[in-house]
Amino acid sequence: MAPLVPSHEELERRRMIDVNAETVTNIPSTDFPGHWPGESHEWSVDRFRDGFRVEFHQNKQFEASFSLIGLDASIANAFRRIVMAEVPTLAIEWVYVHNNTSVIQDEVLAQRLGLIPLQGSVEGLNWMQWYNKGSEDEPGSASELADYNTVVLRLDVECTKNPNAARDETDPRKLYKNAHIYAKDIVFHPVGRQEQFFSDEGAIRAVHPDILVAKLRPGQKIEMEMHCIKGIGADHAKFSPVATATYRLMPDIKILRPIIGEDAKKFAKCFPKGVIGLESITAEDERENAEYRGHSGELKAVVRDAFNDTVSRECLRHEEFQGKVKLGRFRDHFIFNIESTGQFDSDILFLESVKVLKLKCARWKRGLTDLLR
Amino acid sequence: MPSSVHSQDNDQSMLDAQAQNQEHIEQDESVLEQKRIVVLPGATDTAASFQFEGEGHTLGNALRYAIMKNPEVEFCGYTIPHPSESKMNIRIQTYDSTTAVEALEKGLDTLMELCDVVTDKFTTARDTFNAEQADRMES
Repeated sequence: MAPLVPSHEELERRRMIDVNAETVTNIPSTDFPGHWPGESHEWSVDRFRDGFRVEFHQNKQFEASFSLIGLDASIANAFRRIVMAEVPTLAIEWVYVHNNTSVIQDEVLAQRLGLIPLQGSVEGLNWMQWYNKGSEDEPGSASELADYNTVVLRLDVECTKNPNAARDETDPRKLYKNAHIYAKDIVFHPVGRQEQFFSDEGAIRAVHPDILVAKLRPGQKIEMEMHCIKGIGADHAKFSPVATATYRLMPDIKILRPIIGEDAKKFAKCFPKGVIGLESITAEDERENAEYRGHSGELKAVVRDAFNDTVSRECLRHEEFQGKVKLGRFRDHFIFNIESTGQFDSDILFLESVKVLKLKCARWKRGLTDLLR
Repeated sequence: MPSSVHSQDNDQSMLDAQAQNQEHIEQDESVLEQKRIVVLPGATDTAASFQFEGEGHTLGNALRYAIMKNPEVEFCGYTIPHPSESKMNIRIQTYDSTTAVEALEKGLDTLMELCDVVTDKFTTARDTFNAEQADRMES
């Protein structure tokens, strides 16, 4: 027997998550075999490929926004979680303080340095491997330091008086040299093959050169060596490649019965600008819908762009809109927003997350064959 | 060069690059070695609980979805028994036409197929978008 195919209306209804005045209903996905009698919801790549769509809204280095349509929440959430916690990046992990006579303590300075986002040639970053820190139980299990697992940075600065400063100068930046230490003062020391991978434009450096690291006064000195390794956000937030990675579901507003005149203006005010539009009622509207009759020329509320809605539910609080409007969200339309910290472009980060998930599956599959042996 | 970093060797011939590749693979193998699935006690052919070490909701929920998409699976659920242990348990019960292990393997395959489609479509959409943006800039 061929499986039942639900009607278009039924499928649209199932796609909707209902947002009511005080509750949210129809939340769980039901597209599983056995849930709807007679229907097949078996996994098929071809069906997934046909139903899956990607729409880009914005694609910049530090921010990408795009919609993934036709995906289950569990998958979208896996990508989001992986972008934040499992895509590897380079960050300062060890700070060797040779001298620090500044007022900022070694450990505080080390913590600040770790959080500075670094950038460099993407090719080189991909060439780099994990550094295995080893465990306390097995001394000697740590990786050897090498050009492919450790990047060395140095910070050697000393504050001195500026002999050319004006007598009545009060600005410490002019009065002294090196009074403010910025992220740009950190110097990359390439080792071995790093000279090829991180040459010129691709050198390891801070993404934002003007991050204030420390303040010094004449006679104070900072001399330190920093070792950067690859790590993941799950280990420490400094390794997270993103500032934020979020998604929201596409909002939907359905006007069930006409909203006319002053009510329409009030209705539009319940939503962010541009979401609800006002149009004048035409003779055609009057003919089609009895409720418009006698309102020719007045304004009616129409949904212009639900994308920007915040689903505040404000419209559900007013008596005059009772039963006239239905709010919802599409369960399979995810509007992603990924803000990179600069080491990789935002769109690349998403692709990396897909790669990481696939790799994870491949590894566990290997583990499974071991299990069967 | 700072004394504390031992560059393995400074020679940059092709041979060395290969040697390093070899090492890369070995390193991956050692990671693979650690990934062990444990079958929890009380398992039968068609009903078993698998314990994944070092996994969480990320893989747990995605894999649960993929396994539930299989019509031969009667039940699938996942849990993280304790928040301070990074272990994830997946329970699979199947009908007699398959086994729990096969269902798990099929679930992993499903996820990998899905990842390929997502990468594909995402890349195409991005390239089209970038091209359109470039056109708009020019005109």
